[in-house]
Amino acid sequence: MNLLQQIKDSLSRNIGSFDHGVHPRHHKGQTEKLAIQRLPFGKRFVIPLGQHIGAPAKPIVQLGDAVKRGQMIAEPGGFVSVALHSPVTGRVTVIGSERYADGTFQDAIVIEADQYDPQQMDVNPIDWEALSMEDFIGEVQKAGIVGMGGAAFPCHVKYAIPDGSSIRYLLINGAECEPYLTNDHRQMMEHTEALLYGAEIVRQKLGAEEVVIGVEKNKPEAIVALQNAIKPGQPVRVAPLEVKYPQGAEKMLIKSVFNVEVPAGKLPRDVGVAVNNVGTIIAIAEYFQTGKPLIERVVTVSGPGVTYPANLIVPLGTSIREVLDYAGGLKDETRQVVLGGPMMGASIADLDAPMLKGSSGVLALTVHETERPQEYNCIRCGRCVEACPYFLNPARFARLAKARMYEEMAETYNVMDCVECGCCTYSCPSGIPIVQHIRTAKDHLRSMKGKVQ
Amino acid sequence: MTQKDPKLLIQPGPQLRQQMTTPAVMRDVWYALAPTTLAGIWFFGIGALLLLITCIATAVLTEWYFSPEDERRYFLGDGSAILTGLLLGLTLPPALPLWMAVVGSAVAIGVGKTIWGGVGSNLFNPALVGRAFLLATFPIAMTTWTAPGDFFTMPSSIFALPLMTGVVDTVTQASPLGLMKFEYTDTGFVELLFGNTSGSLGETSGLLLILGGLYLWWRRDLDWRIPVGILATAMAFSLALYMMDSGRYPGPIFTALSGGMLLGAIFMATDPVTSPLTPKGIWIFAVGIGFLVVLIRVFGGFPEGMMYAILLMNAATPLIDRYTQPRVFGRGLDTK
Repeated sequence: MNLLQQIKDSLSRNIGSFDHGVHPRHHKGQTEKLAIQRLPFGKRFVIPLGQHIGAPAKPIVQLGDAVKRGQMIAEPGGFVSVALHSPVTGRVTVIGSERYADGTFQDAIVIEADQYDPQQMDVNPIDWEALSMEDFIGEVQKAGIVGMGGAAFPCHVKYAIPDGSSIRYLLINGAECEPYLTNDHRQMMEHTEALLYGAEIVRQKLGAEEVVIGVEKNKPEAIVALQNAIKPGQPVRVAPLEVKYPQGAEKMLIKSVFNVEVPAGKLPRDVGVAVNNVGTIIAIAEYFQTGKPLIERVVTVSGPGVTYPANLIVPLGTSIREVLDYAGGLKDETRQVVLGGPMMGASIADLDAPMLKGSSGVLALTVHETERPQEYNCIRCGRCVEACPYFLNPARFARLAKARMYEEMAETYNVMDCVECGCCTYSCPSGIPIVQHIRTAKDHLRSMKGKVQ
Repeated sequence: MTQKDPKLLIQPGPQLRQQMTTPAVMRDVWYALAPTTLAGIWFFGIGALLLLITCIATAVLTEWYFSPEDERRYFLGDGSAILTGLLLGLTLPPALPLWMAVVGSAVAIGVGKTIWGGVGSNLFNPALVGRAFLLATFPIAMTTWTAPGDFFTMPSSIFALPLMTGVVDTVTQASPLGLMKFEYTDTGFVELLFGNTSGSLGETSGLLLILGGLYLWWRRDLDWRIPVGILATAMAFSLALYMMDSGRYPGPIFTALSGGMLLGAIFMATDPVTSPLTPKGIWIFAVGIGFLVVLIRVFGGFPEGMMYAILLMNAATPLIDRYTQPRVFGRGLDTK
C-alpha cells in the first residue's frame, strides 16, 4: 500500500510539526512543577451512564445494593460502549436523572461512600500475554477505558483492527497542546514506568513494531524522564514536537511524527498507526497490573480563578465543587469554569455536576480571559485561513453560515472535515465566533441528513 | 452550600483569544502612514494638510450618515473610514480644490464601501474608487501637479468654489511619470526615494513608504507577498522592456519608485478586504497587479496605472479565491 510505503520512507524523519495552527500562551507554569496529589474521597459519587460517543452503559446494580470500590456497576450497552465501575465502596442510592456538566440531566448511578471503609482494593494482576486479541479487547472494554485526552472515545474500538489492515506504530499522545493542562506532563514524569509498561502491552497486542511518544518541547523534564526510562533495545522512542496548538489532535500528531496525512474520512489505523493518550495507556497498565478499572483520573485544576492550583487524582463521579474546594475554592473574580482545556473544553453551568472520564482539567477563568471582544465585520485578513490546520477556509464558513448556506459549506468547502479545534476563532481579530458558526452548520447538516434517510 | 457560587458564564469555546483586534489593525496602518503623511505635508505645505483633513472628515461623516443608528459606534469604531479618507487624500494632487476632495471622499465611502454592505463586503478598494471617480470627473484638476514649495503658501486653487476649477497659481511641474511618458526624461532615484518631486501627496517619498510597510510587516498586519509580488513582477517586466529599448522605456528602479507604485503596493493592494484569502490567490493577485501597472504605464494612455491595475485585480479577487482553494488536509491524496 502506498501509504505504508510513505511511512517507511519517513521512518527516520521526525518533522516535529504539522502546518498552520496557532501559538496561544501555554499558562502551564501554575501547575507543571506540582506533583500529583490524591483528592480525598467525598461522600456522594454520580456516575452518568453515557460519558462518551456511542451507546450508554446499562446498570447491573439495584437501588440499595452495596458495591465495592472497582466493582462493575454498569455493563457496556453495545460495542461502542464501555463498562462503568464504582469509584468507592458504598451503597447505590439513586438510579435516575442527575445533573450533567452541560446543564442537562442524564441517567446516572449515584453511590454514597461508606465513610468507615478504608477504600482499599485487592490486587489482581491479569495475565495479558495469555489473552487472545479478542479477549484483550474485551478486557479493555470491561475495564471501562476510554480516551483520556478529552474526547473519551471508547478505547477498545481502536484496537479492533479489521482484517487486511495492520498496525505498525503505536503513537502515544503526550503533546498536551491545550494551555493550562499539565496532567499528562506530570503523569509522564511520575508514572513513567506504568506508561512504558502499558505501551509494551498495547504494542505487543497490536503487533506494532515501535512505540513513539510525541511530546511538545515545552515539557523537557517529561522528555528526559521518558528517555532515561527507556531501556536500550526497547522499541520505544520519544518524538519532541513543536509547541503549537492543536499538536495533540490525532491527525496533526500523525503528520508531525510520521509526516503522513490521514485521508479525510479515514482513521489512523488506515495508515498503520494507533494513537492513544498518555493517560489511557497508563490506565491500561494499571488495569493489567492490579486489576483496577478506570475509576479515577488525573485532573489539572488551574486557571487564575483557582486559589491553589494542583494536579489531582480524582475519583470519577466526584462533584466539580469538591475538586475546586480542595484546591482552595474559587476566587471571587471567577467568571467561568471550564471542564477540559480552554480551547476545546466546555463551560459548565453547575458546580454540582460530576467529573467524567474525559475531564482532563477544571479551569476557573476570570474577566480577563472570558471577556469577548466586540464583533466587527470580517475584513478578510486571512488569519483564520493561515491558522486552520485542516486547510479549510473559515472566513468563508463564517460568511456562508451567517447566510445559512449550509449546503454550500459542505459541498464546496468540506465543512464536515472541521474538527472544531477553534484556531480560527482564536486568531480572528474581528472577534467572530467562527467555530461556533461551523458547529451550527454541522449540526444543521447532520439533522438534515437524518431527515432525508 | 458553604459559599455562594459566582454567577457562571456559559459561552462556547475556545475561551482564549489572541489580542489583536480589527480596530488595532486599522490603527497600525495609521501609524505606518504617519511618516508618509507628515512628509507630504512638509513638502506641499499647509494646503496638503487641509486637503487630508477634508478627506478624512468627509469620509467619517459619510460613514456616519450611512450607518444604522444603533450600530454607529461599531461602524465608526473600527477606524476604517478614517483610513479610507487618509488613503484617498494621499493619492490626490496637492492643489486639488477641496470641494472635489469632498466629492471624492463621499464617493469613496458611499459608493466604494457602504452600498456593498460596509466594511468587509466591498469588492473594490474604497479609496481607489473615490480616486477613480475623481479622475474620470475632473481629469484636468486630477493631473495638475504642483512642485513642492513653500510650507505656508497655499495654492489658491484649493479654495475654488464648488463646481469651479480655480486657477493654479503655484509652479506646476510634470510628475516623474509624466516626464517619462511624454518626454522620455528620467528622474534620479535619489529624488524618488526622498520625495522631493511633484506628484500625489503621499506618493513622493519611497523611503518612508517602505518604512511604513516594514512596520506593518513587523506587526504582522501586512501580507508581505503582495508588495513583494507586485514589485518583483513590475520590475522584471520593465527590465525586459528596458533591455529592448532603454531610451524609450523606464528601468526597473524607476518603475518601482515612481508614481503610486509603492503607496499602492504597500497600502492599497494589501487591503485585506479586496485581496484574495488563499496563499496561491495572493500570488496571482500580486503578479497580476505588477504586470498590469507596467502594461498601462507603458502602453496605455495614462502615465500612471497603479490605480487601475489594483481595481482590475480587485474585480478578479472573488474569482481567484474560488479557484485557488488550498488542498484540504487529508483530501486529494493520490492513494489507492
